[in-house]
Amino acid sequence: MTHIVVDPVTRIEGHLRVEAEVDGGVVKEAWSSSTMFRGIELILRGRDPRDAWVFAQRICGVCTTVHAIASIRAVEKAIGAVPPPNARLLRNIIISAQAVQDHVVHFYHLHALDWVDIVSALDADPAKTSTLAQSISDWPLSSATYFSGMRDRIKAFIERGQLGIFANGYWGHPAYRLPPEANLMAVAHYLEALDFQRRFIKIHALLGGKNPHLQSFLVGGMATPVDPDSQSALNMETIAALNKLIADGLNFVSRVYLPDVLAIASYYKDWASIGAGIGNYMVYGDYPEGDSDNAQLFFPTGAIHNRDLTNIATVDHAKITEQIAHSWYDYSVGDDKGLNPFEGETTPHYTVPKPPYERLDVAQKYSWLKSPRYDGAAMEVGPLARMLVAYSTGRPARVKVLADKVLTTLGVGPEALFSTLGRIAARAIETQVLVESMGRWVQDLAENMARRDYRIQDNSKWDPSSWPRDCFGAGFHEAPRGALGHWVHISNGSIVNYQCVVPSTWNAGPRDASGHPGPYEAALVGTPVAKPEQPLEILRTLHSFDPCMACGVHVVDATKREIARVRVM
Amino acid sequence: MMANRLAEALEDRGISRRDFMTFCASMAVVLGLPNEAAPAIAAAVESEAKPILVWLEFQDCAGNTESLLRASHPTIADLILDSISLSYHETLMAAAGSQAEDVLAKTVGDNKGKYIALIEGSIPTGADGAYCTIGGRAALDIAREICGGAAATIAVGTCASFGGIPAARPNPTGALSVADAVPGVKNLINMSACPANAENITALIVYYLTLKRWPPLDQYRRPLFAYGKSIHDNCERRAHFDAGQYVESWGDAAHREGHCLYKMGCKGPATSQNCPVVRWNEGTNWPIGCGHPCVGCAEPNFWDTMTPFYQRLPNVAGFDVGSWVDPVGLSLTGLVAAAAAVHGVAEVVRHRVGHAASDEDGPETE
Repeated sequence: MTHIVVDPVTRIEGHLRVEAEVDGGVVKEAWSSSTMFRGIELILRGRDPRDAWVFAQRICGVCTTVHAIASIRAVEKAIGAVPPPNARLLRNIIISAQAVQDHVVHFYHLHALDWVDIVSALDADPAKTSTLAQSISDWPLSSATYFSGMRDRIKAFIERGQLGIFANGYWGHPAYRLPPEANLMAVAHYLEALDFQRRFIKIHALLGGKNPHLQSFLVGGMATPVDPDSQSALNMETIAALNKLIADGLNFVSRVYLPDVLAIASYYKDWASIGAGIGNYMVYGDYPEGDSDNAQLFFPTGAIHNRDLTNIATVDHAKITEQIAHSWYDYSVGDDKGLNPFEGETTPHYTVPKPPYERLDVAQKYSWLKSPRYDGAAMEVGPLARMLVAYSTGRPARVKVLADKVLTTLGVGPEALFSTLGRIAARAIETQVLVESMGRWVQDLAENMARRDYRIQDNSKWDPSSWPRDCFGAGFHEAPRGALGHWVHISNGSIVNYQCVVPSTWNAGPRDASGHPGPYEAALVGTPVAKPEQPLEILRTLHSFDPCMACGVHVVDATKREIARVRVM
Repeated sequence: MMANRLAEALEDRGISRRDFMTFCASMAVVLGLPNEAAPAIAAAVESEAKPILVWLEFQDCAGNTESLLRASHPTIADLILDSISLSYHETLMAAAGSQAEDVLAKTVGDNKGKYIALIEGSIPTGADGAYCTIGGRAALDIAREICGGAAATIAVGTCASFGGIPAARPNPTGALSVADAVPGVKNLINMSACPANAENITALIVYYLTLKRWPPLDQYRRPLFAYGKSIHDNCERRAHFDAGQYVESWGDAAHREGHCLYKMGCKGPATSQNCPVVRWNEGTNWPIGCGHPCVGCAEPNFWDTMTPFYQRLPNVAGFDVGSWVDPVGLSLTGLVAAAAAVHGVAEVVRHRVGHAASDEDGPETE
């Protein structure tokens, strides 16, 4: 039995540590630990609820829109504000742009190096690389000259001897299986994707002023004025710019990202039966298509248990609890209990080990993440959960069409979706479906302008005097990494309590009071490890979830006095 | 190969390959070497090591890292392939775990006093350092070692510069800025804002690569080229402020016409940064251009001093005194007064203050 520690887990957002027991070249047990805490909810206590989104947004700069959206939805629900149709459309465009950009960055810049050996790319034949590229896509940057120049650039970089972010990678590891030509093509697309993400995210600058950390959200609507006859508002020039950026996005995703996923996956089909984990999936649903409370959602809600795709249950938010048996917190009701976020409490209480340390004491508390549970069960959230619900319900219809195409191309059945590779494929399918849909929301916005509907904000609820004296609200959102919820309690115009249950908390949380593992911990069991000192395969399964640790750790119950124990400098 | 790349770079600057080889030959003469040594000198010049940067993340959201990825001139790809050696960056690097730790240890060990440290996120001091550990080590411990051995330290973003959101009231984890966590750190530069603008981060790197020195700083150790003027001074809506034309409610005619957002809570008069000039995402837009007030994100303790965000600043000259056009000098006086008033309030509210630069640890400007 070999004990492996991976800390820091890199190419993620935030601070993640994984410890694993490996025996016979396979992971037998794993523990996921988040090692950073800020306490943003405590910081939100006593503040103006209209400011909350600006604070909550800083939970994460990678998923820079998601906490802002969940926050304004929670506060709107509490105070009774109803955003007008233009605000809904602007938000749909912004959050879909976030998902598309974030998924592309994840695949190329956070995940690809688990599958792509950069050093091997030096041995590639540019002419053969060109043939390969042209066989999978009609993307124009595919000539032998282009790949020859790319290979020379990498060669010059490596020969210069300063490998920078590529130093000490797992190059030459036996688990890398792509031929040199596929590696060279992937490296070229790694660099092209860097350019793509920078350009595509201008959608956020157009509608949010800047990215990261857009600055145009408002409780009750959006701050982006809409008026086709003003040069200081969102006008037809903006509409044209949005359409151009979306067309570029569709071009890149359908001709580079999706074909690359299929091409790379075809060399790693064994990963379609590795890394499934717990087999329970949960989706809140998102992208409202109308303005009423029960408007249809583009991605529908649903809960799946034990991989049973024939039985999609409706998600009941009252069944959500968080446990802290193995988390560095105390509960007044006992550490073996679970609490719903509306009555949730979080008192940070670090126990062991004292830094600097070599090993976590996993029999005790070992993470800053809590363990969220739905009806007592651990649930995986994220693109795979969303695509499974969409695949099973037939909404939106494009998901099943694309998923079946992907499965047919790889020659595998739907059961292959429950895997490390399934997460990667689901993310790519979702990106394609979203980038195809964005233009429709832009069109709807333009049609509202044609009707001279320039409303962007429910001003009737802007003044705190219009709010109930005491009110509660919950806001839900499908973030790129999965189901996100914010819960807020407002009294006399200021925040009394604020709680978030976040995708990476669902996925990366530690064992619960019953000793049941979280999704990361479960998914790692059975993962092969060829060289324990170079745990490349562990990174593959972890990265397939797209970890975002800053998001996962933040929850502090503002009402608990025990917080005073924390030393304030 | 490399020679070709250098030749191209030199040609871009108007220096031909022939000029370059002539220079190398004359260098050989100066050094008393035989003429045949010229190619060797050329090779040495061409293989000049790229400056080494290590980027550490502590109590951060990776917003500054994401911002860096949005850089357009140079792009991040050009930067990391051609201009700098970004030796450690957890969000981007291929290696993980002990392989990553080895890279950091070797980089700072082999280049003591020569590398540049970039810090993202605040540094917690509570719970014996357990609020942020990497490889089992406390952030404070790592920061002291890495910043202590650096030729210069760049605090990227408001969290590293001033403590930022983790240090906002009531600062649950005892979060500190780099300046406070690692006192006396050499050549500290604060690139504040939430996040720091990509173009300002790369401009600082280009400034250093080109001029071989660090830029002059303001009282908060921020480069004047990016923080030397207030948002208000350069705002495209300034004429509306001076003319008394204000947005009164979201989506009203004044909002659609781009009037001044001061009454909606804009903190531009108390905030120094070049947003109106450089803008964001390759000059596409900026928050005020998008109809939302400035929140003052580049200023120390803005989470406490600039909130509530939608409440207007007190005591800004030119406001509520009629629609007269504000003389520039009076406006500036009022501006300083307003900023002083805001930061004065901060002194009372905050648990701790004082990020102003001290003379003895200032960057060398020569």
